[in-house]
Formats: sequence, structure tokens, C-alpha cells
Amino acid sequence: MKHLFLNVILLLFSGSAFAQTMSAEQIIEQSQRAFYYAAADMRAKVTMQLIDRDGGVRKRVMTLLRRDTTDGGEQKYFIFFHEPGDVRRMTFMVWKDPVKEDQRWIFIPAVDLVRRIAADDKRSSFVGSDFTYEDVSGRDVADDSHTQLREEALDGRESYVIQSIPKQIVEYSKRISWIDKQTLLPLKETYYDAQDELYRIFTADKIKEVDGWPTVTQRTMKNLKSGHRTEVVFDAIAYDADLADEDFSERRMRRPPRAWIE
Amino acid sequence: MTGQTNARVRRAHHTLMLVLTLIAGPALSADIETHGFLLLNYAGRTTDNRPPQGDSDFLLGEERLRLDVSAWAQEIEASARFKGDLFNDAVDGEADLDVREAYVDYTTGDFDVRLGRQIATWGVGDLLFINDVFPKDWVSFFSGRPLEYLKIGVDGARVRLSGEVVNADFMLIPFFTPDTLPTLTRFFLYDPLASVTNRSEIKPVSTYDNSELVLRLYRRAGEFDVAAYLYKGFWRSPGMRPDDLTVPTQIELLYPELRVYGASAQGNALGGVLSLEVGYYDSRDDRVGNDPTIANAQSRFLIGHQRQLKQDLTLGVQYYTEIMQDYAQYKQSLPAGFATQRRSRDTITLRLEQLLMHQTLRLSLFTFYSPADDDYLLQPKVSYQFSDELSATVGANLFGGKKETTFLGQFDKNDNLYLATRFDF
Repeated sequence: MKHLFLNVILLLFSGSAFAQTMSAEQIIEQSQRAFYYAAADMRAKVTMQLIDRDGGVRKRVMTLLRRDTTDGGEQKYFIFFHEPGDVRRMTFMVWKDPVKEDQRWIFIPAVDLVRRIAADDKRSSFVGSDFTYEDVSGRDVADDSHTQLREEALDGRESYVIQSIPKQIVEYSKRISWIDKQTLLPLKETYYDAQDELYRIFTADKIKEVDGWPTVTQRTMKNLKSGHRTEVVFDAIAYDADLADEDFSERRMRRPPRAWIE
Repeated sequence: MTGQTNARVRRAHHTLMLVLTLIAGPALSADIETHGFLLLNYAGRTTDNRPPQGDSDFLLGEERLRLDVSAWAQEIEASARFKGDLFNDAVDGEADLDVREAYVDYTTGDFDVRLGRQIATWGVGDLLFINDVFPKDWVSFFSGRPLEYLKIGVDGARVRLSGEVVNADFMLIPFFTPDTLPTLTRFFLYDPLASVTNRSEIKPVSTYDNSELVLRLYRRAGEFDVAAYLYKGFWRSPGMRPDDLTVPTQIELLYPELRVYGASAQGNALGGVLSLEVGYYDSRDDRVGNDPTIANAQSRFLIGHQRQLKQDLTLGVQYYTEIMQDYAQYKQSLPAGFATQRRSRDTITLRLEQLLMHQTLRLSLFTFYSPADDDYLLQPKVSYQFSDELSATVGANLFGGKKETTFLGQFDKNDNLYLATRFDF
């Protein structure tokens, strides 16, 4: 009798039954795992196109490496810049900690200098793009209050529609996310300013399965106020590339192995 | 077969071989990458004065072509790099090659080796140096060349060991390179013996004994990056030794022996990055401090904090002080007519950086102010990125002080405005 009862409970909480009972906060958390924590580590060549209102294009090409210290928790990021020329060979390392302040280092090859840089403003633009540091490496789930508004199909994909309100004042007052039910990846995010006006839109333009992991390989962040947008393409993606914790070090910042940066 | 067709076949064969070598050769043996930039750099004095031994209003007028060539090995972790500037100096009317760096890298196991001319930078100060004992080009810094020109490469070897307990960087530098200091041909500066023009520079000779040794041990300790430093070598700015202290007729410029022992720490604290650094400058050729031609031993301390005030606005503040040892002996032995230095010289620096327009426009201000000497240097700067290739910087170096004998005060009449335009390829 006891066993039957347990089985019923397990059945209720397993598989699709569990997914349907997820809270808005759990959905966002699972979505972050799918988006920022796929596999144990990742390597990719990232091309960012910064496009201004008049169509002027600037390009950032970088190699991105990521390793999860704990799944859903601490992570280490390593970025090597291939282009443009004034930042070529520059490297950038982040030790992300969801609880404490992140640690960031930069290597400036022209003077052979590694130094720490202040990391307390996560809403700053990443390399001049429309993406913030938080857009690149994730925003703490507990920093917003989440509510599920509805479920709807977006471009034929069933999704959860979640509203997130920041607990502390940042430059947006409200974010609405469309989260794909199947992959849990964010398909679209809209950001509203203090006047509750829509001003910034994220779209996942292409989703592909890579090594069994559903991956957003093309994305765009568009600022409606400035008319500026940033298009990002992930190429040469490799998951579980056997990166070691020691690889996220000053040594590698100064001299990344050739295989990483080809 | 006639001789003519024979020659044609040979020629064709040679051409084919050449083409194959050009196409396949580099691809088979190594990957080669070539980059660089063209830099146009001009600086004019704004004080309407010309220095005693110069006749130009320009501190800088030059065009530089940077060539940066790298090659990578296929099978092993090894690479080679050449970074040099072909430049035309319009102020002096000379053109030359400035080899910035030229080295080979090899990595095996826990060891990284770099052999050749190389730029090295250590320590946690922002434009204040304690354990960064490597040569610097102050002329570049004071006349508006891009910041990377502050550092001069050294000719030597570096070995890095990455261990589990500690990491070590060891450098051996057999060939001495002094700092590049302002001279009377382009700068106004304080020189107590300016009338004595018969001067000779005596650099340490390149003997095995004179080889400079530099060691840095570093690791993480909790949330901080900590390091210890050792240096055995020479002061990089010379001491002046007149043949006669009362009636000098000629001067020798000497680089006395120096050892430096130091430590640093840098980590997140107080909502930003906190930096601490200390060093003891052991002046080996004058350990009692009574030789006026050799700098006395010093202790140097630095504390700095950098934080983001708001989006894309960074503030950095530093306090630095150097304290002279054997001050009584220094004062006693100082010849008449020489300006007396204070026992301790402190400096406060401020850095403000604002990025605008998707980080294409950068406004920056760096200031040095010494409360002890009551002198200053202000460096405002505006940079704009027209595209990924083309950028331009306009800035100024504004010096001042109560006296013309202090470190920054002596440059009072050298206020200048500069332009640097760079095209990357």
C-alpha cells in the first residue's frame, strides 16, 4: 500500500507531468541551464556584428571557452579576440559566481599585462555590443520575480511566456520571455523601460542540435530606441571538449594553446 | 632537344617549383599570419617656448608602419613572432627600424619558454611601477605616443613554470637596456649641470656577471592574486658623476647596481578591485647613502582601488609613496647648488574612463599629483573609432608644479597637444 502511494507520487513528478507543474521560477532556472550550462564545457568561434542605425557594421570575432565548475552554479569563461586589429590576441577571463561578485581578468598583449578589472556592473555592454555581460553569461534567477503569463506557440513552437520583474532597479523594468517547451531555450525576450515601453528585443534566430545539445547558433539583440542591433553567430561548436579547471588561468591568457584559437 | 627548349622547360620547372613553394611551403611547415598598422603621430608644444638645445615646436612628428608577423609550428606548441616599426621621424629627419619584439615561444608540459626580444610587464600599479623593473620610454609617455610605447622590449630569455603550489616566471637578460629619458633637445628639464655638455654614457657591459635576473613567484590566495618579486640588475635611469664636484668639466652617466625585493596582491574588495604593492630598492653601489651620484636605497608602497561608478564609467584611485633611506647622509653629501629631494615623495593618481556610443568614443583622464613635491601631470584624452580599421586620438600632457626642480615640475614648459591616427590591417 505504501509502495503504491510512492509510485503514484513518482509518476506525478516524472516526465511531462513534472514539466507541467514547474513554477515560473523553475522554468527560468531550467532555461538558464539549457542556454548557459549545456554539457560540462564548450568551445565556439563567435562572430558578433554590431550594426548601427545607418547599416554601418563593426565586427568582433572571438573564441569562447566555457567550463562549468558546478552545473547551474559557478562557471569559468575564457575569450580570445581574433578581430578587430586593435584588440587582436587580447584575452579575457571571467570566473562567474552566482552568489559572490564575479572575478574578471584581462590580458593586454601589446604591453604583456594581465590585470584584474572591476566587475560590479553586470549591465554594462559587452565589447560595445547590444548584449550585456549578463546576457552573455546569465543573470541570477533570484534577481527577478517571475510569473507565468500564458502558454502560446511562437513561430510554431509551444512555449511558456514568463514575466520577470527585477527586484533592484536596472535599466529595464520588465522582461517577457518565450521559453521553448521542448528545449527550454529562450526563443524571444522583450525588455520594457521605466515608462513600460518596449525598447529591446532578443531573438534566437537559429537553433541546432550540436552533439545532442539543442543550441542557439544565431541570435540577435536589437535596441529599438537607438536602432542599433547586434547579430551573433556561433560556429565550430564543440561540447565536452575536456577543458580542465587549470585551463582558466593566467598562463592560458598569456599563451593560449594553438588548438584553441585556430 | 634544342638548348632553347631546354632552357624554357627549366624556366617553367623553376616557376612551378617557386609557385609550389609559395603555396605549399608555408602551409606545410607552419601557419603564417601578417598584421600591422600605420600610425601617424604628432605632438606640438603649447607653451610657445623652444627647449635650450632644440629648435622645433614639435615634440613628435612621425609616421610608423607596424609589421607583426607570426608563424606557428604544426606538430608542436611553438611559434615565432616579429613585431617591428619602420618609422620616419620628421623632427630629427631620420628613418629607421624599431624592433619592438622578436621572439620564439615553445611550450612543453608545465614549461613555457620565450627567447628573444620581448616586452614584459608585472606588478599591480596603474602607471606607477615598483616591481616592474623593465625599461620604459618616458619620452613616448610624455609626448603622446600610444601607451604601448611606454614599454621597451628586453633582449633575453623567459621561462615560466606553472606548478600546483606556485607559478614562477624567471628571466635572464644579458643585454642591458636603460630607460629612454627626455633630453634637452626636445624637452625643458631640470639639469643641475646643464652647462657641462661633455658627457659620456657608461652602460653596464654585457658580461655574464652583469646579466640581469628577474624572478616572479605567483599564485592565488583565497580571492587574491599574490606575487613575490626579485630583481638583480641596475638602475635604469643614470646617476651623474662629474669629474669634479665644484668645477665639473665632464660628466659620466652611470647605471649603478640595484636589487629589488617586493610583493603584490590584487583582488575583489570594497565593490571593486583592490591593489597593494611594496618593494625595497637596494642600491648596492651606495649602501650607506653618502655617494651623491648614486640614488639611495628606497622603500616603495602602493595602494589602489578601481571600480565602476556606473555603466561604462570607471574610476581608479591610487596612493603611492617612496621613502629614501639614509636621508641624513644624502643631505650631508649633496653638493651645493643641487635641489634637495624630500625624504618621502608621494603621489596620488586618478583615472576616469567613460565609454560612449557603443564604446566607439572613449573619454579618459589620468592625473598624477604629488602632495610632497606639489607638482602634477594631467593627461586628458579623447579617442574615436571611425571603423574597425580607423581610429584617432587627441590628447594633452599638461605639467606643472611649484618648483622647476621636482620630477613633474621640471617639465612645466613642455605642455603639449597630440594627435595619433591609426589604421589597422
